[in-house]
Amino acid sequence: MTAKISFDDVAVGTELPTRSFPVTRETLVRYAGASGDFNPIHWNGRFATDVGLPDVIAHGMFTMAEAARVVTDWLGDPGALIEFGVRFTKPVVVPDTVEGATIEVTGKVAVLLDDRRARVDLVVTAAGAKVLGVPRAVVQLA
Amino acid sequence: MPLDAKFIGRTYPPTEPYEVGREKIREFAAAIGDPDPAYNDPEAAKALGHPDVIAPPTFAIVVTMRAADQVVYDPELGLDYSRVVHRDQKFTYTRPVRAGDRLTVVTTVDDIKSLAGNDVLTTRAEVRTVEGEHVVTALSSLVARAAGESES
Repeated sequence: MTAKISFDDVAVGTELPTRSFPVTRETLVRYAGASGDFNPIHWNGRFATDVGLPDVIAHGMFTMAEAARVVTDWLGDPGALIEFGVRFTKPVVVPDTVEGATIEVTGKVAVLLDDRRARVDLVVTAAGAKVLGVPRAVVQLA
Repeated sequence: MPLDAKFIGRTYPPTEPYEVGREKIREFAAAIGDPDPAYNDPEAAKALGHPDVIAPPTFAIVVTMRAADQVVYDPELGLDYSRVVHRDQKFTYTRPVRAGDRLTVVTTVDDIKSLAGNDVLTTRAEVRTVEGEHVVTALSSLVARAAGESES
């Protein structure tokens, strides 16, 4: 592992570059195929509303994957991510429009740990609301 | 009917090996929109010290979700999968998943509890190579909503 960020260059409060990720129905179909998760709530509006959802929702694991990108892009080596956990608190609703939805991710260093590791806390929102609870990563810095 | 707490601690047999291929990693990385060269270019991955292209961190779910079928479709446990939503997911990596890995998963029921009338099932998936090297541990909790409750 060779993170491009040195432990000596970060402090509690160091911010990671903020990113926003578009998600459309096409994104979800593609993710369903690649991941093998074909639950129709992620592509079939009729099914989603029949089970009481407002519309098609993104796979929680897709949202988690986008959140991870903020950390792995910052690290420069995705292998330097050593722990990552989230709670799925609110669905990302993806309407059948050209724009779809947008997942916004910010992050900052929350705790400096032993062995040149750090804990990074993220904030992940869509349509102005937090969609993940306590999204946290532990990273191995150089 | 609530899930039976006697299943806590039950461990399921190791899964058949899942062979991780470069093209599958590329497909998954493209699906999450991530052009990171470590997922696509073996030379870029080697420059970072990895023997071959590595998979995005959440790729592990592709392997562990298949393994979790043993639990969620266990007729003895009796989970109604149509009422299940994903509540928590956590990965702890010894190293990244990479092309060429042959991975086998051992899934254990870590906890079963009731939360506001709904069952919460927590499983732990230990992912190792067929050679026995630990790669990643995935903790997942699923909520099975009590029958009759609205889904929104």
